[in-house]
Amino acid sequence: MKREGRVEALVARAGLADLYGKVLKGERLSYKDGLRLYETPDLTAVGALANHVRERLNGSTTYYVRNLHINYTNICNKLCKFCSFYAKPGDPRGYVLSTDDIVARLEEHRHQVIREIHMVAGINPKLPYEYYLDMLRTVRAARPDAHIKAFTMIELAQIARVAKKPLADVLEDLKDAGLACCPGGGAEVFSDRVHEELFRAKLDNEGWFDVTRDVHRAGLKSNATMLYGHIETVEEKVKHLLHIRDLQDETKGFQCFVPLAFDPARTELEHIPVTTGQQNLREIAIARLLLDNFPHIKAFWIMITPQVAQLALWYGADDIDGTVNHYEITHALGTTSHCQVLGHEELLDLVNEVGRIPVERDALYNVMVAV
Amino acid sequence: MSGNGLKRLKEVEEKVLAGERLSAEDGLTLFQVTNLPHLAFLADTVRRRKRPEREVTYVIGRIINYTNVCWVKCTFCAFYRLPGHQEGYVLSREEIFQKIEELVDHGGTEVLFQGGLNPALKIDYYEDTFRAIKERFPVDIHGLSPAELIYLAKISHLSLRDTLRRLQAAGMGSIPGGGAEILVEEVRQTISPLKDTVEEWLDCMRTAHHVGLPSSATMMFGSVETAEQRVEHFLRLRSLQDETRMFTAFVAWNFQPEGTELNGKRASAFDYLRTMAVARLMLDNFANIQASWLTQGPKVAQIALDYGVSDLGSTIFEERVVSAGGAKFMASREDIERVIRDAGYIPRVRNTRYEILA
Repeated sequence: MKREGRVEALVARAGLADLYGKVLKGERLSYKDGLRLYETPDLTAVGALANHVRERLNGSTTYYVRNLHINYTNICNKLCKFCSFYAKPGDPRGYVLSTDDIVARLEEHRHQVIREIHMVAGINPKLPYEYYLDMLRTVRAARPDAHIKAFTMIELAQIARVAKKPLADVLEDLKDAGLACCPGGGAEVFSDRVHEELFRAKLDNEGWFDVTRDVHRAGLKSNATMLYGHIETVEEKVKHLLHIRDLQDETKGFQCFVPLAFDPARTELEHIPVTTGQQNLREIAIARLLLDNFPHIKAFWIMITPQVAQLALWYGADDIDGTVNHYEITHALGTTSHCQVLGHEELLDLVNEVGRIPVERDALYNVMVAV
Repeated sequence: MSGNGLKRLKEVEEKVLAGERLSAEDGLTLFQVTNLPHLAFLADTVRRRKRPEREVTYVIGRIINYTNVCWVKCTFCAFYRLPGHQEGYVLSREEIFQKIEELVDHGGTEVLFQGGLNPALKIDYYEDTFRAIKERFPVDIHGLSPAELIYLAKISHLSLRDTLRRLQAAGMGSIPGGGAEILVEEVRQTISPLKDTVEEWLDCMRTAHHVGLPSSATMMFGSVETAEQRVEHFLRLRSLQDETRMFTAFVAWNFQPEGTELNGKRASAFDYLRTMAVARLMLDNFANIQASWLTQGPKVAQIALDYGVSDLGSTIFEERVVSAGGAKFMASREDIERVIRDAGYIPRVRNTRYEILA
């Protein structure tokens, strides 16, 4: 029996032989194909298809980054129902990090290698334009060796609002102050129904696309995400992925897609059960198969556990994020700690153990040589 | 894998597809595989032969850790207290009844009765307790593990066979295969030198099977053993199963390092899935491979359904032994059924003898 024979047997057993044919030829999968991938019970077959694409695009390489997260404020006026991070303006739990706070935070990590500083936060209407520019300049001055990856699309829309300038001009200012690229959070699910129900006050779907277009036009790369595991339907997820694929055809500005597993703890949707392990792997696999124009798919271990992230390296993921440090937006699943760190050695062990090759990257996927 | 390794794997794959028995060398080849969908495919091929429907069974049961007093001092254990220690306990009969009543109220059928090797408890304690349970509750008593049975026989001055017969007469219906750890003397010398030997463990199971008590078989991996020793463990179980056909299921869990003398790293999810898959492939005469929700958690236990697992064990109300080493996952009926359905399988409630109840 040939090696190919095994995958053929597997996909035939799952009723996906035709999709395997398409994948082998590099043909684009359709909306209907996407629905079938969600509806096929046999996850191994879906995973094997995704793994085929993963290996074609990235071989055994698994990217990781030594990074640090700074969530500069938790004050937010958007009141999204799936969020346990925000404090309403006026809430005593609210905080804003000053430039001194940020310098102090960076100082704690002075002796660590850091390639990427990831900064996202709430929509705090009190913060003036200069706050954002000062923050970028401060971080750049303190860690000129790290890339700054900052601001989701809704934060950019907010910054442009307080700047009272066109977004294109704002992006030039931000770049001058040190912004290297943008993360992809806040895309949630592109569905008017879900938007209305869960994040009504937030930038709408078209707005997200418009800001992203401006970002890519300004020469900044970004990621894209999808928040799953709440009230979304399979149809909405497939549409979401295809929307993102269309935009990538247009701009070529996305680096990586990150499926984000919803964690209901301490949110208004606490009655919804935590996503399952198979669901986590399936979202990664389907993203890999549908997003044929995305170079990278990330297994974000904070949300799916390091255990499942390791397995995901055989279900389509070629990026395992990084050491993270101090992520405030969600807790590592099942814990209440904000001290969420995966040691560098531990991360390398996870990747090596499953026969993948860990490759250190910076925020722009430049390969780093060993330090 | 190297070119040669891939060639060997292809040979193993052909044997699996042809339904042939695998050798120790085949097992070792499988332990080299990192391609997870490939391992899942092979293990699932065998699982489908054993259970053509996409069914996953579980039992509504609870563990009663009746005592933590134990003198065996296994280096991987965080549960035991030596005789005389102030934290030592033996549950009262009222506490035991109350726990079983809760179980029966939840529709439960299985009481897993397991504890330390407590020199104060002789055969009459167990006989009286089991009789009292059976008089009051319609439950299956899934009784003592081999280490407890061997020790009980000794301090009660009875043969193992007589001990088993008397417990059976008092209402014990089957035996959990706990304490098998790794059935290789060298490993046991390191991790549990005072516990029963490989031969004692196997003899105990053989005797139990002969008197008509079925049992499960276990493995604790990820402490100090090698892949060769894991494979040897499988072969020992397989050959006893050829003889008696009374093992109901195989279940493995990884060493829980916290608070133990042995310390060390916790095995990864990858290592767990690989071990389950190789178990499914090597243990061709076992009807069921069971996942350990308690040690792996719901995410990985669910993924294991694609790696040869056809049973999710018992609901978990409480557990004290491996929890003392850091495992912490509870499992309600709703949790178990949701996880099975979410993975596209069909949940079925079974009893201790693996008969389907619902």
